[in-house]
Amino acid sequence: MSRPPSSPTFKENAAAALADPALQGALHFVETNFPARRRAAVEALPEFDALRDSARAIKDHTLAHLDLYLEAFEQKVIENGGHVHFAPTAADANRIVVEICRAKNARLVTKGKSMVGEEIGLNAHLEAAGIRPVETDLGEYIVQIRDELPSHIIMPAVHLNKAQVADDFRRVHTDLPRDRDLSEPTALLAEARATLREKYFEADVGITGANFLVAETGTAVIVTNEGNGDLTATLPKVHVVITSIEKLVPTLEDLSQLLRVLARSATAQEMSVYTTLFTGPRRSDDPDGPEEFHVVLLDNGRSAMLAGAFHDMLRCIRCGACLNHCPVYHAVGGHAYGWVYPGPMGAVLTPALIGVDQAGHLPNASSFCGRCEEVCPVKIPLPRLMRTWRERAFSRHISPKTERAGLGLWAFFAKRPKLYRLAFGLGMRLLARLGRTRGRFSWLPLASGWTAHRDLAAPQGATFQAQWRKARRNA
Amino acid sequence: MSAREQVFSAIRRGLGVTGDEAPRRKIVADRLADHPTGVVPSRGKLEGDERIGLFLRMIERAAGTAMRLAGPDELPGAVLDYLKRAGLPPALRRGEDAYLAGVPWNRTPDLVITIGPSDGHDLVAISHAVAGIAETGTLMLTSGSENPTTLNFLPDHHLVVVEADTVVGDLEAAFARLREREGAEHGMPRSVDLITGPSRSADIEQTLILGAHGPRRLHVIVIGDPRKLRASPAARKRRAKAAAAAAETSPPVAR
Ligand code: SF4
Repeated sequence: MSRPPSSPTFKENAAAALADPALQGALHFVETNFPARRRAAVEALPEFDALRDSARAIKDHTLAHLDLYLEAFEQKVIENGGHVHFAPTAADANRIVVEICRAKNARLVTKGKSMVGEEIGLNAHLEAAGIRPVETDLGEYIVQIRDELPSHIIMPAVHLNKAQVADDFRRVHTDLPRDRDLSEPTALLAEARATLREKYFEADVGITGANFLVAETGTAVIVTNEGNGDLTATLPKVHVVITSIEKLVPTLEDLSQLLRVLARSATAQEMSVYTTLFTGPRRSDDPDGPEEFHVVLLDNGRSAMLAGAFHDMLRCIRCGACLNHCPVYHAVGGHAYGWVYPGPMGAVLTPALIGVDQAGHLPNASSFCGRCEEVCPVKIPLPRLMRTWRERAFSRHISPKTERAGLGLWAFFAKRPKLYRLAFGLGMRLLARLGRTRGRFSWLPLASGWTAHRDLAAPQGATFQAQWRKARRNA
Repeated sequence: MSAREQVFSAIRRGLGVTGDEAPRRKIVADRLADHPTGVVPSRGKLEGDERIGLFLRMIERAAGTAMRLAGPDELPGAVLDYLKRAGLPPALRRGEDAYLAGVPWNRTPDLVITIGPSDGHDLVAISHAVAGIAETGTLMLTSGSENPTTLNFLPDHHLVVVEADTVVGDLEAAFARLREREGAEHGMPRSVDLITGPSRSADIEQTLILGAHGPRRLHVIVIGDPRKLRASPAARKRRAKAAAAAAETSPPVAR
């Protein structure tokens, strides 16, 4: 029922993305805009790096005691009058949410942005059950009416320009005058605001994700800039939080540490506009708020990651910084990755969640420049984890035959140093001659597996080993 | 096996634990009871007027507006002024908050004030914050009939009153106030809203636009003088206890 991933055709997706001028324009904006803004926000806080260490330690500590913090969280939610549901798989989570909606005879639900909701394909399941989901985050609303996946975990519609959005609004908002002026983003936002305002009041159930869960208090924390998450959580009779088990932190103090790195990493803000702590349903003397509060806790492969090589990935707080700093993401955008999670974090997480046979290409979508790890607020060693996937794919014989043959050949030379120096020295000089004019090759005999998708920088004339020896002599 | 057991046993298998290990249980129980503080930015350690100054600056950096008043008596005039300048009708929605109820609103008879949550038809609301957080210019508001949550999100203009002596340096100090408030033994309020500036979106071509789904403007009014800092009863108690403990453990001072 949910969209099948297109990750297996990553190479074709990437080629199409590179040839799409509208997309390239949008991506150029990410590249030129975000890294500088994040750097300014980080430099304004001298304690930022200490906070990253603190954030990483908190996540590691919580993961090491995840069962016990989950118990504590569950108990507090119940004490506060809420419900906790455990969902081992995506199918379980969808069934639970649909059942909650059915029990209320819900016809319309409003939704805050939730990557877990995207991961399980929740909208498709709600629609199949005759329930209409309406996304309320502006970016999510745009990709919903286009029937697309978000192309970024923080800015879902970052791949589009305003003219494309205006066309979509004209297509969908048919009750408005056709000749209205939608040339500026302000007009588009005003139209979305007015359209969605009505929906908050009509909705029977509000579904949001959560950025963090606090074990100490049984609280779900939702961070937004638009205020849509709060209206979704406050106005309908039922609030459902769809989230996953690794979102836990122990206490409000721990939450404070993570909030300080999240907003700066995600949007270069000191603090997002709305950080809301939701604990249970409306109290007896409350004048507003939902009558029911549900938390659905998804596992979907995460518990299996606790033991293995990809444990560190469970620290991820979905800030999007690794996407914003990734040259591959800048070149091909989010949709090329073919599933919900793009960029470096997606290249590590997607194979873990949908299988390396489906997503084996993604860990190759890296230049190993290391910028993702440098900016990650919880210091996840993303390049190393991508490399681990590559090794696994290789040992499981998933990588293409030519690549295996090439590596076999390299291994043959590598074990014979003299031959290696001779053969590679010759090759390097040849390549340097050929590439002198442009400094790079877009095509090379026998290397089309590489050059079909990226240019190869021309070598500078001597091998690394030769340069090393020369440098040592000169020193 | 229930879904719950399935998830717990998968986690415990992943961690190689049974869940019954006493040392692990103690580590978790202690962490939850002690809730230790981590890294707090030094800018959160400012005091008095400097702290209020940072608070106001950070609000403005987040595209909010801010002003200071000497006392609650000045509030009605300041509110009427704001409405006039923004070209708004003299109408205001508020909750049952005791501080706001104690303001001499009868000084501005033109101002129509109604009380209760919002149904989406109010242009302007006023709330009373539990705390202001100087490090980021953030307001802390809690749900309840005193300051209904709908007032924070539905009106176009949100005015928020902060008493100067409730402006704290950092987020941890604001959470400490939350733990010490009346009724804290019953746990958290339904919602705790940390608000930093007016609502916004940059989802279309990364053009930042104020007024997405929530208020288009956020106006913060700090009332009073921070120098008359009064500690909360719980903080006073804690300090006395710490002093007593220190007296017990430290050697007598030679005179
Ligand atoms: S991997 Fe790190 S940088 Fe990337 S989204 Fe997760 S927390 Fe952010």
